[in-house]
Amino acid sequence: MMNNSYQVASDHEGKSMWKFLLSEFKPKGKLLTPFNIISIPIMLLGLGLITIRFMKGIGAITNLTQDIPWGLWIGFDVVTGVAFAGGAYVITFMVYILNMHKYHSIVRVTVLNGFLAYVFYAGALLLDLGRPWHVINPVIGNSFGTSSVLFLVAWHFLLYMLAQLIEFSPVIAEWLGAKRARKILSGMTIAAVIFGITLSTLHQSGLGALYLMAKDKIHPLWYSEFIPVMFFVSSIFAGLSMVIFEGSITHKVFFGQISEKNDRAQKGIIHGLARICTGAMFAYFFLQLLVFIHGQHWHLLNTGMGYWFMLEMLGFVLFPMLLYFYSYRTNNLLLIRIAAILTMLGVILNRLNVTVIGFRWDMAIRYVPSWMEFVVTLAVIFTEIWIFRWVIRRMPVLRDPPAWANDKP
Amino acid sequence: MGINRRSFFKLLGVSGATLAIGSEASAASKSKYKTEFYGILHDGTRCVGCRGCEFDCAEAHGLPEPVKDVPAVRTTDETRNTVINTYETAKKKVFIKRQCMHCNEPACVAACLTKAMHKTVMGPVTWDGNKCMGCRYCMVSCPFDMPKFEYHSANPKIQKCDMCFDRLKTGEAPACAFNCPHDALLYGKRRDLIKEAHRRIFEKPDQYHDHVYGERDAGGTGWLYISPVPFDQLGMNTSLQQSSYPALTTGFLYSVPTIFVLVPAFLLGIQQATKKDPLNDEQDDE
Repeated sequence: MMNNSYQVASDHEGKSMWKFLLSEFKPKGKLLTPFNIISIPIMLLGLGLITIRFMKGIGAITNLTQDIPWGLWIGFDVVTGVAFAGGAYVITFMVYILNMHKYHSIVRVTVLNGFLAYVFYAGALLLDLGRPWHVINPVIGNSFGTSSVLFLVAWHFLLYMLAQLIEFSPVIAEWLGAKRARKILSGMTIAAVIFGITLSTLHQSGLGALYLMAKDKIHPLWYSEFIPVMFFVSSIFAGLSMVIFEGSITHKVFFGQISEKNDRAQKGIIHGLARICTGAMFAYFFLQLLVFIHGQHWHLLNTGMGYWFMLEMLGFVLFPMLLYFYSYRTNNLLLIRIAAILTMLGVILNRLNVTVIGFRWDMAIRYVPSWMEFVVTLAVIFTEIWIFRWVIRRMPVLRDPPAWANDKP
Repeated sequence: MGINRRSFFKLLGVSGATLAIGSEASAASKSKYKTEFYGILHDGTRCVGCRGCEFDCAEAHGLPEPVKDVPAVRTTDETRNTVINTYETAKKKVFIKRQCMHCNEPACVAACLTKAMHKTVMGPVTWDGNKCMGCRYCMVSCPFDMPKFEYHSANPKIQKCDMCFDRLKTGEAPACAFNCPHDALLYGKRRDLIKEAHRRIFEKPDQYHDHVYGERDAGGTGWLYISPVPFDQLGMNTSLQQSSYPALTTGFLYSVPTIFVLVPAFLLGIQQATKKDPLNDEQDDE
């Protein structure tokens, strides 16, 4: 995957734009890497399955039933994927609103990650729509179902993608060497950030609010009127843990792109994020505890689902929180990364417990996703990583921007 | 011609956050339209389980003809909008008809982001294939699990009872109620049906269990049930909340405009407060 001969983007002056773009679309790097060997067959298989799905209906490749209409594609791809994309709004908040310059070097890659996550995971929603040709209805025309939480979420996805694109657009302008455009676009950053954070607050919690009407269907240990608040708070540490995790990988894989200064800053950044995660997770754990006590569900703890609930809360919230705390106190980078992975597993567990595992937990026949649902999910994730890699190798995301674009406000 | 719920919420929105709890039962009478909701009363003491309504329903909606031999308890699905279920209770054998309940404030309608699900002025909840995008959020939200989806079609539809809305518009009763040979199904204005249900219970208290299912369950439904035995013995969910389901999300939806005004202002304030002072920015570069 490594390729040290990266083209410096602004070098193309003199070349025609078309020639430059054409050369940029050629693949860079080796073709036969372990990642490619695993991902290409899965992506092709996923594409085949998607074709079957559009020809024969959703039931042809999923195990969804009349009682369980939303499965892995919504519960994992959309609800969990968007939580992990929460890092973008938290980091932009810290860098552009709180002016914490320490985190500036990871803004671009985080925003790129967030943007791609929304495009692909919200895009995966299209696969789950029975009549996707009507997806435009809530956006145009006279069919505004404004009483629907999903209406809000759909609009927010759309607008937030736009906001993130604006936040990321100076990078594209730098890549293309468009100086004037870059100036205009970076002038829009603060507005896009403020708009984006507001949208994120609402749709991160909105994803939880989607399930408020399913009051009788979700296990009482996971259902409360506070689902939206829980989803919002957990998206903070879900997103940041993803930033730590993803940062550790990209740091290794794309090491050649990272300047010495940013390399040194990396450790401090991870430490800072670990601290924030500890705080956010403590707040989250405390909220869960309050809701649990007020819900008076003590008797449910001594059941199968009760043990499952305690595993989630103690094993994947309290424990990683303590681990984060311990590892940033002892300066242990490896432990921070382990804590990040555990936290992410906890968030996956939580989202799936609300949307899939705890949804109609009382049914005689439980929904278990088919292998084809898993393959399509993996295909979506791999495609996203491919695009991510494509962008990283071409645009100044990890490496420093070209000299002409060096404008400290 | 949107029905009252939306305008009703708008009204609430204007008058502040006085929540919808408790007012849903009278939602029909609050309507600015002069029409009242229509509904159907199912009398479990009269139904003999002939399943004639299943056949009439299939015929009226162009669905496949029901099979003759069926298990005692079934659910509706994409090929049948209604089923008659049989329960051996301590008192006697009781038959109960299941189909979409046509709630006064339907969760499916509140859930629908394209207004494909629609509470008509007359009461039936209908589905419009020209608007629906097949997200199935109605199915997630419906407390009765009534919208059914054609999983094995490339052009899937949502199937459920529409109370024969086309017949209603021409002044006819729904096919099932019109054809019921034992008067187990009574079609009429919901308000009258509730009175009639209570009258029947009052006159023959030993024959009926004293509960009109649907009068308040899930905030009130268009279909109403009376039966000789408690409804939990008939596979009906008796633990549903007695108030509107859409009201569960109003709190969240009302917070949206507040957040949209306050959060950007707050963020802009912090941003201005924390940014480097250009007049005095010597030594805080770290």
